[in-house]
Amino acid sequence: MYVYDDLDRTLVAERVAEFRDQVRRRLSGELTEEEFKPLRLMNGIYLQLHAYMARIAIPYGTLSSDQLRMLAHVGRRYDRGYGHFTTRQNMQFNWIKLESLPDVMEDLGRVGLHGMQTSGNCVRNITTDQWAGVAAGEVEDPRIWAELLRQHCTMHPEFTFLPRKFKIAVTASSHDRVAIKVHDIGLRLYRNGAGEAGFEVMVGGGLGRTPFIAKTIKPFLPKRDIVSYVEAILRVYNQAARRDNIYKARIKILVHDLGAEAFAKAVEAEWLPIKDGPLALDPAVIADIAARFSYPDYAQLDDDPPELARLRKADRRFDAWLGNSVTNHKVPGHAIVTLSLKPEGGPPGDATSAQMDAIADIADLYSFGEIRVCHEQNLVLPHVAQRDLPALWRALDAIGVATPNVGLVSDIIACPGLDYCSLANARAIPVAQELTRRFRDLDLARDLGRLHINISGCINACGHHHVGHIGILGVEKNGEEFYQITIGGRADEKAELGALLGPAVPYGQVADVVEDIVAAYVELRERPDESFVQTVKRLGVEPFKERVYATH
Amino acid sequence: MTSPLEQKLRITGPVVVTANRLGDGAVVYRTLNGNWSTALAQAAVVDNAPAATTLLAAAIADDIGAVGAYVAPVRLGADGRPEPVNLRERIRSAGPTIDLPLTFGI
Repeated sequence: MYVYDDLDRTLVAERVAEFRDQVRRRLSGELTEEEFKPLRLMNGIYLQLHAYMARIAIPYGTLSSDQLRMLAHVGRRYDRGYGHFTTRQNMQFNWIKLESLPDVMEDLGRVGLHGMQTSGNCVRNITTDQWAGVAAGEVEDPRIWAELLRQHCTMHPEFTFLPRKFKIAVTASSHDRVAIKVHDIGLRLYRNGAGEAGFEVMVGGGLGRTPFIAKTIKPFLPKRDIVSYVEAILRVYNQAARRDNIYKARIKILVHDLGAEAFAKAVEAEWLPIKDGPLALDPAVIADIAARFSYPDYAQLDDDPPELARLRKADRRFDAWLGNSVTNHKVPGHAIVTLSLKPEGGPPGDATSAQMDAIADIADLYSFGEIRVCHEQNLVLPHVAQRDLPALWRALDAIGVATPNVGLVSDIIACPGLDYCSLANARAIPVAQELTRRFRDLDLARDLGRLHINISGCINACGHHHVGHIGILGVEKNGEEFYQITIGGRADEKAELGALLGPAVPYGQVADVVEDIVAAYVELRERPDESFVQTVKRLGVEPFKERVYATH
Repeated sequence: MTSPLEQKLRITGPVVVTANRLGDGAVVYRTLNGNWSTALAQAAVVDNAPAATTLLAAAIADDIGAVGAYVAPVRLGADGRPEPVNLRERIRSAGPTIDLPLTFGI
């Protein structure tokens, strides 16, 4: 966990007081909506179809059990008893009243949570690998760097009114679990040939209306230079990007228009004069940030305790869960456990207040009080002793978060869609729910292997449809919901945008079409372990298209 | 951004004026007596551009009653009451088409 200092606590408390006054003035009519809207957005408050929505930042997806309990409390006391984990590792409450929001923010502030920079044209919550600090083979904990950048970018006066929103993601593992290549800046920490750790800096990735995979503009950046280099990128972006057209204002358009090489040169020119100035990181500053991430005092344990093997043999459900949702930890005798928020028929990423409270208690018992949020809208317990896995599984199963479908076909990413969102053109959640029913057979799901279905209810792509192995985008045609389907996208270190399968299909046919695509994959794969994306890569879209449009 | 009042309204059938209530964001409809109601059945229904413009102007002027007022098409049901025409307005009027998550998990 990261331990906040007085500066952080003061900042949050001051913001709560300021926001309380702004809400008071709005409700009394002293502020017009036009004046108030940018102020509420700076605190993550949107007005959606039915109510206000509050987006709460979860920096780099790390939560303490006390923070999760507070989110449960907010859901129960001020909302309708649940919250929604998003693809940017944040939490959203869908039914919040403006009148209650100052109290909500005050309650959240007590545990260091807030909604700052979760909206508006600023640097948003910096995301990272949900296995940060515990993944085997990781260079080092990427949250140290996410935190440094968070501190630098929080209320940075130059970057509070950027041309558009700005999203940064960091990983320190060779396998990318945080989709860095579809972020405005993607940072990959790795060791070069000389054994020195530094960043590959990628820019201009993004989804939305005009999707792009990020381009590398700095193959190796020493760690001391990360803040000055990010500052230089933001300065070039701030000065050169299109402010005249909201659809062309993201950095991806600038990088595309200039070309990655010219953009890199502009950044270099901006960076060289500041590189050795105050933004060059003093090792003591890095050490101070690193020291404020506390790690558990792990017990000395052996891997694979015999009771696990016994229960795996005795209980098929436990065996399936262990094989699917439990991952190796860097410390022997420990494990990383993913909690599926994708039950059959459930809205992806939603957790009830009762579930959140229970997970917080479970985290205290089995994961040193720490929880992580995945961009796939699941949760993770990062520090579990393997000997505790049977008891943990029973506890998780009892609250409905042990479905062994992590990374499988029913582990669907979906945005809130037209059921909640004022920007959406079509619904996403009921499409996801129907698909989880169609693919409820976990033996079939395991046979299919890794298969990510991502659904967005509009072109803004909060559901990351472009990089779903199967991507589903809702559009509106003459008042009816239609869905464009892409295949072959992926969000990892080999990120690619999916290719369009063909004409959009109506709402009622989406699940049938997805079943046909999956059936085609089973017929077309060369061997059982050729994954869906590998098959699409090898054969292209055509054989899938023929199959789907022959029957629909 | 152009104010809704500066946009020329094209009215081809019955319409209502709808917005979100300031205090809690609830969906509300402008009524004949110049108030807001959460019931679409109580909305003032007009069918021509001058009447819609007048209704919308009054709604927008009530900045602490509700926000984001706009004109939405409706159709009149068998009982003469307005019903939403498109899915977006149906969802705004009736709520999400899904069961809320309280029915899942614990």
